Amino acid sequence: MGTQVEATPEQMEELKRLFGEDKPIPVLYIEWLGRVVQGDFGFSLRTSRPILPDILQRLPLSIEITLFALVLALALGIPLGIAAALKQNPLTDIVIRITGLLGLSLPQFWLASLMVIAFSGVQGWIPMGNYISFAADPIKNLKMLFFPSLAIGTGLAAVIMRYTRNSMLEVMQQDYVRTAKAKGLKKRVVVIRHALRNAILPVITVAGFNTGYLLGGAIVIEEVFALPGMGRLALYAIYQRDYPVIQGIVLLIAAMFVLVNLVTDLIYAAVDPRIRLDEGGR
Amino acid sequence: MGAARLKKNIIALAGVGIISFYLLIILVSLFWLPFDPVAMDTLHLLEPPSIKTGHLFGTDEFGRDILSRIMQGCSVSLIISLGATLLGAVIGTLMGIWAGFLGGKWDHLIMRVADILFSFPSLLLAIFVMGILGEKTYNVIFAIGIVYIPQFARVSRGAILTLKGNEFVKAAFSSGASKTYVLFRHLVPNIMMPLIVQVSLSLSVAILLESALSFLGMGIQPPYPSWGNMLSGARKFMLLAPWTAIYPGLAIVFLVLGFNLLGDGLRDLLDPRLRNVK
Repeated sequence: MGTQVEATPEQMEELKRLFGEDKPIPVLYIEWLGRVVQGDFGFSLRTSRPILPDILQRLPLSIEITLFALVLALALGIPLGIAAALKQNPLTDIVIRITGLLGLSLPQFWLASLMVIAFSGVQGWIPMGNYISFAADPIKNLKMLFFPSLAIGTGLAAVIMRYTRNSMLEVMQQDYVRTAKAKGLKKRVVVIRHALRNAILPVITVAGFNTGYLLGGAIVIEEVFALPGMGRLALYAIYQRDYPVIQGIVLLIAAMFVLVNLVTDLIYAAVDPRIRLDEGGR
Repeated sequence: MGAARLKKNIIALAGVGIISFYLLIILVSLFWLPFDPVAMDTLHLLEPPSIKTGHLFGTDEFGRDILSRIMQGCSVSLIISLGATLLGAVIGTLMGIWAGFLGGKWDHLIMRVADILFSFPSLLLAIFVMGILGEKTYNVIFAIGIVYIPQFARVSRGAILTLKGNEFVKAAFSSGASKTYVLFRHLVPNIMMPLIVQVSLSLSVAILLESALSFLGMGIQPPYPSWGNMLSGARKFMLLAPWTAIYPGLAIVFLVLGFNLLGDGLRDLLDPRLRNVK
């Protein structure tokens, strides 16, 4: 910025040729797609490095945070939801509802800040310093990612809790659950084997649907905890107007999102034998 | 769907209460603020909250009063989330009505466009749109509005499709009513309630998205206060001065909770099946 010298039209043409922008946009797009399917995402405008290796190097961390957050959300949400369903009364009803809505209302990056404020004084709880990969030291790695993942997963945990509870309450009223109880089965067996198996379906849908939201959260959280994931790469590409990098990341994220939806459908079919994807959609 | 039923719904009422409180704050902030929200005061940097100094929520790294900044940030957050939700709601609903009412190839075309927009997590889509449009305040409205287009398209299309199969619509057609008449007289009024629920829930998400964008430095640009950019500024000082991070965040949480309570309560009023389960 500051003192800028205007480029001559000839120089502009030369630069456009250099960056491969001397053709109409549709042609450029088709050419780009052609290279992408061969794994060539082009070069960064800033660093001149090939884009795909840079993304692939940072992708595992973002995926790990997302999955860790998902696991935490399920591990917290499902048991709490079941417990809430078993202890149903007007007071727990309203408490669960408001907790669920509160979980939806928390900005993840703010929750992360609160965790840093609360626990940074406790030695070793939030390890600082350089990022250590899972392959190098799994325990230290998980320790580093615990709070970031918890910050992202808490909101979803509250939502999952609410869905689990509502779904359990509905299922517990079904005839087959009453039959199982009447047969004299232990309560634990009835709840886990008979009720939960059926109640879990809407929960899977919600969890799958929200994985994208976790991934979005991961990208902001990486910035808060200074973790070298894909989110930071995306943010810096945007700050620096590095369009080929942004383009590559957008494509990968959309592909991952579609993949997550597919996996959700497959899990759905695996859990519920009534749903078979190969029977003409029914 | 009368006001009497709304009165009985504590959840929705609590939401209305919280939102009214924020509207009151906006009204007050138009005429009076405890301190000038952008005036720096180098003698009172990062002061803790205290009644004696008059800085009830403390001061930030430039000595600016946090309460005044939160109060002013309130109108920004609400205007942006209202603008974005309306933008997404109007475009999305028109697309959805068009797709659902005409069906056929229009339906396919419009819903595939919606699917493409839907294949991005909402925050990421907003970040990318900001990246393309540039970091200007009014662009935040477009960035968040685009996120809502597919959601409103789906809700309104679904509602129209369900209604189209009803007897009263067939009756209207067979008694010679024109398509436009049926659309505006019979269909549109009946999809208003699900849309209102969607608007309420969208407002809550819009506030979160705006704060996240501003937090990342892509939304509202300082020195103008927004809750998100206040939190962004607080990052370097939050261990030293936790109040810089705590209060703006609480402001976000309660307003978002207000819209969520309202939306959730309204959904109850609409869905008789949910009413039994709670």
